[in-house]
Amino acid sequence: MRRVAITEVAQISGPDSKDNFYDQAYRVTREVLDKAGLSRDEVGTIVSASTDVFHGGISCANAYYWESTGSFMKAGTRQDGESMFALHYAFMKILTGKYDTVLVVGLCKGSENPDNDAITQLIADPFYQRPVGLNETTAAAMQMHQYMEAYGATAEQCATVVEKNLGNALRNPYAHRRGCYSTEEVLASGSMCHPLTDLMCAPKSEGFIAMLLAAEDKAREITPQPVWIKGYGCALDTYFLGDRDLLAGQLPNAARRAYKMAGITDPAKEIDLVELCEPYAFQELLWCEQLGLCGRGEGGKLIASGKTRIDGDLPVNPSGGVLATNPYVSRGLQRVVEATLQIRGHAGEHQVRQQVNTAVCHGSTGFAGQCHAVAVIGR
Amino acid sequence: MSQAKEYRIFETEVWLPYRVAYGETWTRFFEGMKEQKLYGTQCRKCGRVLVPARSFCPRCFVDTSDWVEVSQTGNLQAFCYTNYRYYGQALDPPYVTALIRLDRTEVDFVHLIGGIDLTSVEAVSSRLAKGMRLHAVWEKVRQGHILDIKHFEPVE
Repeated sequence: MRRVAITEVAQISGPDSKDNFYDQAYRVTREVLDKAGLSRDEVGTIVSASTDVFHGGISCANAYYWESTGSFMKAGTRQDGESMFALHYAFMKILTGKYDTVLVVGLCKGSENPDNDAITQLIADPFYQRPVGLNETTAAAMQMHQYMEAYGATAEQCATVVEKNLGNALRNPYAHRRGCYSTEEVLASGSMCHPLTDLMCAPKSEGFIAMLLAAEDKAREITPQPVWIKGYGCALDTYFLGDRDLLAGQLPNAARRAYKMAGITDPAKEIDLVELCEPYAFQELLWCEQLGLCGRGEGGKLIASGKTRIDGDLPVNPSGGVLATNPYVSRGLQRVVEATLQIRGHAGEHQVRQQVNTAVCHGSTGFAGQCHAVAVIGR
Repeated sequence: MSQAKEYRIFETEVWLPYRVAYGETWTRFFEGMKEQKLYGTQCRKCGRVLVPARSFCPRCFVDTSDWVEVSQTGNLQAFCYTNYRYYGQALDPPYVTALIRLDRTEVDFVHLIGGIDLTSVEAVSSRLAKGMRLHAVWEKVRQGHILDIKHFEPVE
């Protein structure tokens, strides 16, 4: 099988911007091509991720931003929703042997959008679930309820995720929300959707994310520091919330597939860093368990141990994660960019202290994590 | 959305009407609700009773076989108290959305909890606990809609 590398990455990210979507998509694409030293014509093809009507109120599929991403006249395609899938499709396009380079972009301009819940209630069907108030936040609140009851995880442990991630974000210039919060402040930050508090829920952010993938020979021409895609897996649960076991879910299956491809047998030992998708604080604990970083029900203990802090043995979300920055569609691809920077030692002030050889990136979307994608990348 | 920005913004919205087909199975389910009955269907392979009724089992991927009237009483599995507003919200807050496992079914039914003091999270939390018994309370006039059940209430 061909080896595929992430050669260059770029991001425009934060709370908002005076630039418009059309131009921001161009800027981030221009930046990644300039870094790679390639012209638009030299790029094989492109895969983009966006949800144009929901998260932009403009366009159908990729019509609006097609030229902004350098795709005019190219045989590109687009993924609707979670951008980690765009990475997967781009990876496969290179594996076919037909392309040596593929540009991947994830685009979302949260500052222009209605509230997250106004959009995510549309994930619910109009017959059964939408009329009774289901959206991503209410689904997560019920999942949190079950998580705390099943394992005795405490609200304080969940609040520690916020304290850690928003604290990490203080060092990340691309973060939207950051701050030095105590767990007491997190717990007292207002009860949006009990048992979630306001600070336990991610904001809506801007995230224009681009990366250039290349086959091995081409990658070595572009960069002295290729970051290899070693494994990928995804899994989706069934649709109706009441049909699902919200504490079992499909992340273990996605992770198992990615680890098998990457040859990882003991994730807790072999992985140096994790960037995961935690739009609701407690999900970081549950996802850590399901990624095999600790035992079932031990997510609370894991964070209490300090191991997942930026200076710990297994940093989780040193960028601040999705709690700090939540460009809904591109949040998965942003995890891959952040992990790539850490592997290269280019993360700046939020660079972790230990060398990162292998990192796990995770993207998730849908109610209570209906859909999960996992990528293992490394030196 | 309406907060002032330091740069020029254009305010716009997208409003689109849809007409969504119920299909045979869900038509029958909602006809049942008009009659104050809840129907599920049973998977012929795994034997699970699914409610609301489904034409096929999402896990086994085979047609469901038998229609069964299911209990209107069940156990509380999880709940969430919502007391904030967002654009296009289906309900006026405060409200409690819950997962309820109706007796002799194998999935949770998503609906509202009412008939209790909803004025604060403390009032709601002191009244609700996992596993407690809840029963459906129906509207007097029913239109074949999920809110023909007004809400579920604690069984006294």
